[in-house]
Formats: sequence, C-alpha cells, structure tokens
Amino acid sequence: MSENKGVWVFSEKYDLTLEMLGKGREIADKLQTELVAVLVGSNVQEKANELIKYGADKVYLIDNPALERFQAEAHLSILHNLAASHKPDILLIGSTKNGKPLAARLATLLETGCIPDCARLNVDEKGRLIGERITYGGNAVAKIAFRSKPKIATIPARAFEKLEPQERSGEVIKLDVKIEEPKTEVVETKPLEISSVNIEEAEVIVSCGRGLERKEDKTFLEELAKILGGQVGNSRPLAEDRKWFTEWVGLSGHKVKPKLYVACGISGVIQHVAGIRDAKIIVAINNDPEAPIFEVADYGVVGNLYEILPALTEALKKQLQ
Amino acid sequence: MVCLKQAVDVSQLKVDPKTSQLLTASAPKKISDFDKNALEEAIRIKEKIGEAEIYTVTVSSEDAKAVLREALAIGADKAYFVNDQSFQDLDTSGTAYILAEVIKKIGEFYLVLCGEASLDSFSGLVGSRLAELLNLPQINSVKKIFVEANAVTAERTLEDAYETVKTKMPALITVTREINQPRIPSLMMIMKASKKEIVTWTLADLNIQKEKIEPKIKVVEVLAPKTERKKILITGENADEIAEKLAKALIQEGVVGR
Repeated sequence: MSENKGVWVFSEKYDLTLEMLGKGREIADKLQTELVAVLVGSNVQEKANELIKYGADKVYLIDNPALERFQAEAHLSILHNLAASHKPDILLIGSTKNGKPLAARLATLLETGCIPDCARLNVDEKGRLIGERITYGGNAVAKIAFRSKPKIATIPARAFEKLEPQERSGEVIKLDVKIEEPKTEVVETKPLEISSVNIEEAEVIVSCGRGLERKEDKTFLEELAKILGGQVGNSRPLAEDRKWFTEWVGLSGHKVKPKLYVACGISGVIQHVAGIRDAKIIVAINNDPEAPIFEVADYGVVGNLYEILPALTEALKKQLQ
Repeated sequence: MVCLKQAVDVSQLKVDPKTSQLLTASAPKKISDFDKNALEEAIRIKEKIGEAEIYTVTVSSEDAKAVLREALAIGADKAYFVNDQSFQDLDTSGTAYILAEVIKKIGEFYLVLCGEASLDSFSGLVGSRLAELLNLPQINSVKKIFVEANAVTAERTLEDAYETVKTKMPALITVTREINQPRIPSLMMIMKASKKEIVTWTLADLNIQKEKIEPKIKVVEVLAPKTERKKILITGENADEIAEKLAKALIQEGVVGR
C-alpha cells in the first residue's frame, strides 16, 4: 500500500475553507507535504484561483451547475472517490450541520477515525496529529490522536485564522464527475433571521438569561448592543423553556467568540460557559452573588440588570464620545 | 429503532482539583439527553400512526439495565442491550458498526432515531456512520418530524437557513433537543415496564469482526480546562458609579469603541 500523504481541506462554506487552509498550511509545512483544497460548486473557477492565494498548493475543482447547493450524496461520492484514489494523510472538513455528517460518512466509507469539532489541531513532537476538543459538556478538553488513515478532523467555523492572501503558484485541476443520485430531497429552504445568522461573527454580544423578566425587556440589551455595534443573544432556557426565541448561545447552540460578552441574568451553567469560552472579555451582571457565571467572568457586577444595563449604556455613551 | 447511549451525567461530574482529572467512573449515569428526545419522538410517532413497536438499542461495556428500564417505562416496547467487556475502548466507528449489526439482526424497521450527539462525548458521528453502514437515507439535526405512509419529512436548522427535507423510509434521523420535551414516566408506567423484555446479547451473539471494533482514534488526555479569567468584582454606591467603573475598564481592555 502506498503511503498516505498531503493535507486536504473541504467545506461547503467558503470562509471556513479559507480558515482551514490557514491551519492546513501550518500542518502541511510542518509535515513537509502539500496542501490540497477540494472545491465543489457552480461557477467557482475564480474562487479556485483564490484558494491558491490563501495557501493551497493544489485545488481539485468540481464546477457543475447541478452542485450549486450542497448535496449530501453527491459531495460524499466526490470526496470518497478523490480520497480513495489519492490517499491523503489528513482531511479537514468544515464542521457545519451538513459537513459533520459528511465527515462521519466519509470516515465510515474509508474505514477510518474522525475527531469532530477540533478547537485546536497540532502536530506534536512525535509527529502525531493531535486534535483538541471540548467534551463532557464543557467540563473537559480531550486531546485525541489517530490510529488510522486518512486522519479526518472536523473544524468549527472561526477556530482558525485565514492567511493574508498573497500571489503564489499552485495548480487548479478541473474534474468532471458523475453526480450521485440524492437519497433525500430538500423540499423547502428559507433563510434564518439576520440576527441569528450573525451572532457567531459578532465582536460584541450582550446576552440575557432567566434574569430577564419579560421578552420585551430585551430592548435594555439592544440599547447597549447598539452603541457597541454588537448583537443581542440569549441563553438556552429563554429559547427552550420560555419559547421566546428559537436560537441560543451555548454548547448546543451557537458557540461564539466575541471580543466582549456581557452576560445579563445568566446563571452560567457549564453548557453555556462552554459556548462562550473563546470570548476575550466576559462581563457578568447578576443579582445572585453565588451565580457560577462570576467564576468565569473577567468583570462581575452583583446587581439588578434593569438598573445596571441602562446606567452602563449611558456611561459608555459618555466615555466613548 | 431508537439508539440510546448510557452517558455520564455531565452536570454531576466532578473534577479532581489536584490533577484536573475528571472523575467519570464515580459520576452518575443516565440516558443521554438527546437520545431521550429521540425516544420521546418515537413514542409520539407511534401515538399518531397507531400501530408500531419501539425497540431501543444500547451498546455498553458497563451495566445499563437501570437506564433501559427507564426507557421501557417511558414507552419503549422492548430493549436490546449489547454488553461486552471488550467495548471499553469503543469509538464512534466501532459503536456504529455494532449498532448496525444489532439492527440487522433484529430485522425490519421504518425508522432509526438517534440523538444528534451524546451528552458526554458530544461527537455527533454515530448516527451518520450508522446510516452509512445500513445504507439508509439520513436527515440530521432535526427539530420536527412528519411521518406519512412510506415517507418522512423533517425540518432542520442550518447555519444560515431552515430546511425541510423529505425521504423514503426506512431512514435514519438524528434529533436535536428542540424537537420535544420528553415525558416523565408515571408510577403505573414504571410498574408496567417491569414486565417488558430486555434482550441481552454479548459479542458472541452477533456477527462481529473483531478488528472492526478496534478504536481508530485514541484519547491521549482528558483534563478540565483552565479558566484564566480575571474575576474582578465591580462595586459601588449605586448603579451609575458601578457603570462608570465598568465602562472605564472595558475601554481600557480595548474591547469597546473603535
């Protein structure tokens, strides 16, 4: 059997592909191997050239009008055929709602292991690829190695930084593929509300929990978010128990990494905390001095959010002028 | 078919403060939350269509009978428990393989329901791997299910869109916690469950190739994460004073303003 080599990246999300190229470049350089991107879509020739600028040595381009949207079976068969014939050493797949099942199925077809949702990925001193992921509901970080090839890891959005684009040489290889028949049919799609789409990208998030007495009181948070150019979020109980919102911040919802996270009336259960772990600064406002959120906050205020929030909004308005 | 994992109750997990090791062995176990949602959904589907049998399948190296009794009390008709010492190091690949062999042995079915991920390891790979092994169409991370004669329609939320997906049965669906609120069994249901059957199999009862349950990944280390937060409590005479101090601190941190 020939030896597996090369680091490959694939995501149906373009930004995530670029981020994985950033990490992939580092790993490929360390292992002295090539970095390959697989790009599937419709009318994406230009993007293929761009992937070279973002670090890829080679791009397998599958450009087909029928592949404008993600299609589980078609994407799976493309990746499976490519990986089976070219035998990559490492395959990074974007950990999206579609990408993760894709990675799991691909790993099954290739009879190999998969480490999901790697927040970190490094080659250790023994040359092993080690994926780090949050586990036990946010109680632990596990470091995991592979015992099979190719090594498949799924990578969440914004875990890694994309590189600055630069002029570099690389090869774009255009491939024609037979499109696999889908096993499922998407009968309807509708876009998510803008606010919930952007929360994972937000630089500032003002978020509320059970301490918020009425749904309408979210305006208190919106006022503060507005002057900081941020977004408003909420914890899971407001979505799941009170049914006020459909989305939430936390391990099972949106994992966020803003510069500033203001937790208002959020007790700070471990699942929520795991979703905000990557925030640069966490501020907690809670009237319960025993709330666990204070243990993971940089700045804590024991007090009534209905008094503190408007005062903070005013103070920031004044001081930022 | 509902796949149930006996998971560590992560809310009751303790950490050894000296070594940062997790005390998983002594932590209480329960049905993984998402899997309970899958079971609840199976019961709701059964209630809607009238006739159906619900079987649960659990693979574990530890004793999971108490957990399976709970599943039967909630409403499963029969529980399959595959228990073998050699399952200690199972990863998602081996787990899915055993589940597939168990389900093949049990026989025909309309739907396989799984939680989107497990409460403790939260990998979220087993459902998709299982569907692939059983060559079933799959719909993942589903928050609503409608079952028709031979088809199933499901709603899911992607990063930027809602999607309604349809497929023929048999199929495999993984569910999110949003899908329902699992019922709590009454005393009557618990009593009735004691008459239901738990079928226990070991590796020897299944058509298993040993090398296929060898783990393909290896956990090198599991440690509690270090939180390095400043934990500065801001106090003052009144809300305005506190707010002013906090605003100043945030500006100094460089996290607000342009």
